[in-house]
Amino acid sequence: MSERLLLTGNHAAAYGAMLARAEVISAYPITPQTMIVELLSEMTASGRLPAKFITVESEHSAMAACVGASAAGARTYTATSGQGLALMHEMLHWAVGARLPIVLTNVSRAMAPGWSIWSDQSDILSQRDVGWMMLFAESVQEAQDFILWTYRVAEQVFLPGMVGMDAFILSHTAEPLIVHDQEAVDAYLPKFDPLYDLDPAEPRAYGGLVNRDHYFEMRYKIYENMDRAGQLLVEAGEEFGEVLGHRYTPLEGFMLDDADYVIVSAGAMTSNIRQAVRDLREEGMKVGLLRVIAFRPFPVDEVRRILTGRTKVAVLDRNMSAGHSGIFAQEIRSAMLGQPDAPPIYGYVVGIGGRDVRVETGHQVLHDLLTREEPELALFVGLKGLPIGPVRKDFEIKPLAPLEVMQ
Amino acid sequence: MIELRIHGRGGQGAVVASKTLAQAAFLAGRYVQSYPDYGVERRGAPVVAFARIAEPGDDVFVRQDIKEPHHLLVLDPTLLDSGNPIAGLRDGGWVVVNSPDPPQSLGIVTRFRVATVDATRIAMNHGLGTAAQPVVNTAILGAFVRVTEIVEMDDLLRAITYEVPTMEEENCQAARDAFDSVRTEVAV
Repeated sequence: MSERLLLTGNHAAAYGAMLARAEVISAYPITPQTMIVELLSEMTASGRLPAKFITVESEHSAMAACVGASAAGARTYTATSGQGLALMHEMLHWAVGARLPIVLTNVSRAMAPGWSIWSDQSDILSQRDVGWMMLFAESVQEAQDFILWTYRVAEQVFLPGMVGMDAFILSHTAEPLIVHDQEAVDAYLPKFDPLYDLDPAEPRAYGGLVNRDHYFEMRYKIYENMDRAGQLLVEAGEEFGEVLGHRYTPLEGFMLDDADYVIVSAGAMTSNIRQAVRDLREEGMKVGLLRVIAFRPFPVDEVRRILTGRTKVAVLDRNMSAGHSGIFAQEIRSAMLGQPDAPPIYGYVVGIGGRDVRVETGHQVLHDLLTREEPELALFVGLKGLPIGPVRKDFEIKPLAPLEVMQ
Repeated sequence: MIELRIHGRGGQGAVVASKTLAQAAFLAGRYVQSYPDYGVERRGAPVVAFARIAEPGDDVFVRQDIKEPHHLLVLDPTLLDSGNPIAGLRDGGWVVVNSPDPPQSLGIVTRFRVATVDATRIAMNHGLGTAAQPVVNTAILGAFVRVTEIVEMDDLLRAITYEVPTMEEENCQAARDAFDSVRTEVAV
C-alpha cells in the first residue's frame, strides 16, 4: 500500500533510494544533505533496506565506492552537495566512461568561499558536461520520484543520473509525500540487469588504456545513448503515470497556450514563479511558464517547439557563469539560435547564495521583461541598492579599505 | 492559508515545533508545509522556523520566507528585546510567548493578541531538557492550540507522539498543562 506522510525533501530522497531497492549506498555527510545519509544509514542498519552502506572518508571515495559497486552489478546510490559534488568530479567522469547507471541526489548549495550552505544551482551546473543525466526537482514528491524515474532510464542506457534538489527550500521543507507501494515500484523498476559484472570466475579488466583508434567511438556511444535517454525519459515518465499515478515529462508548461511572454525556471523557485504567472494573468497579461525538469539530456526539440513564435522569453538562473550569463539562459539561447521566428531571450540571474526568490521576484522579472527593449545576457535581480539591470560598466576596481590596526 | 512563524533559540525545539504543528494539521487532513530558516546551527543562537497550513481542500503553496505571518510563537522572551520577532505580524494575530509574566507586562502593542505560558517551568516539571536548556516546544504548542484553535488538541497530541524523538507521554502532558495554564488578556 502507498502511504501519505509528512516528510522533508531529504527524507523523501532516502525513501526514493529505499523504494528503488538500492543495494549499495556509499556517501559522506555534508550540510544540507546529511539527513539523506542519516536516514539511509538507519534504514540499512535496521534491515528495513537490505543494502550495504559503505562509510568513506570523502565524497571522492564515496563515488569511487559507487563505481566499484555498480561495476559489480549492484544498484548503487549516493547523495551529496556543493563542495562534495565538486570533490567527486573526477569520479563522476569515471562513472560515465565505465557506463555505470549510478544515481545520486545533489542538494544544491552555493560554492565556497564565502562559505555558504544555502540554495544555489552553481554546484550541479558545474558538472554539466561530465555526461550524467540531470533532473531538477521542484517538490518533495519529485525529490523521491525522480530517483525512480532516473534509475528506470539510466539502467537502459548505462549512464548515471543525478537529481538536483534545492538546499533547505526542498531539503529541509516537510510537506505531504506519497510513498509509493513497493510492489508497484518493483513493477516500474525491475532489478538492475547489468550487461557485465565483476565475477572472479570470469575475470576481466576494466578501465584500461584505450588507444586513439577506439576512444572516439566509445565517447560517441555515450553521446548516442544520452540522446536516446531523451526519448526514454518521455516514455518512462508516461509509465510512471500508468504504474505510480503521476506522469512526468522532461519539460512542463503552465498557462503556455496563448502566452506571448514566457518565463523559464527550474527547481523549487518555480513554485513561486508559477504563482507570479497566475497573478499576472489575472491582470490580463499573456504570460506563461516553462519549467525545465530534464537538463541533460536537454530537450532541445521540445524547447524549440514551445518557444518558437513567442514575443519574448525570460530565463531565470539561480547560478551564474561569470564572463557570460546564467547557464539555463545559455542553453535556451543555444537551442533557439537560428530557428525561424525565435524570440529574444532575456537572461535573469536571481537568488544566488539562497537569497529569497519570492513571488514578487517573479512579478518584477515579468514586468521588466514586458518593458525592456533589448535582451541582455544577464540581468541581475535583487542586488542590494541596484535596480534590475545588466552588469555595470562604470565601476572602479579598487582594493578593500585597509583594516585599522589596533595601537 | 495560515502562515506561522516560530522564534526560538538553538536547542529549544523551534524546528520540531514547526514540524509538529504541521503534522497535527496534516493528520487532520490539511495540506501543510514546515521548514526552518537555517543558519549554521548553534545552541542558544536565534532560530526561526515557519509553517503553512492550507485551507481544507487547497494544496497550492509557495516556497518563500514568511514575512507576514498570521500568528507567532516566541520560545524565549528575551527574543522580544532583540531582532524584533513581531515584525510583519498581521493585525489581530496571536503572539504566544514563553514567559512566567502576564501578557500585559510584555509591552506588545494592542493590535496584536498576546498570550503567555510558563513553558520553561512546565518543561522542567516533566523533565524535558535540562535546567540550562529546557525543551519548551511541546508546552508552548499546547498554549498555541488553545488560543488559536488552528488544530484540535487531540491532533496535536497525536502529532507530538509521532514527531518527538523521546519521552512522548511527558511531552503530551506538557502540552496539556500549557493548554490549561495559558494566560491571555481576554478570556478564551
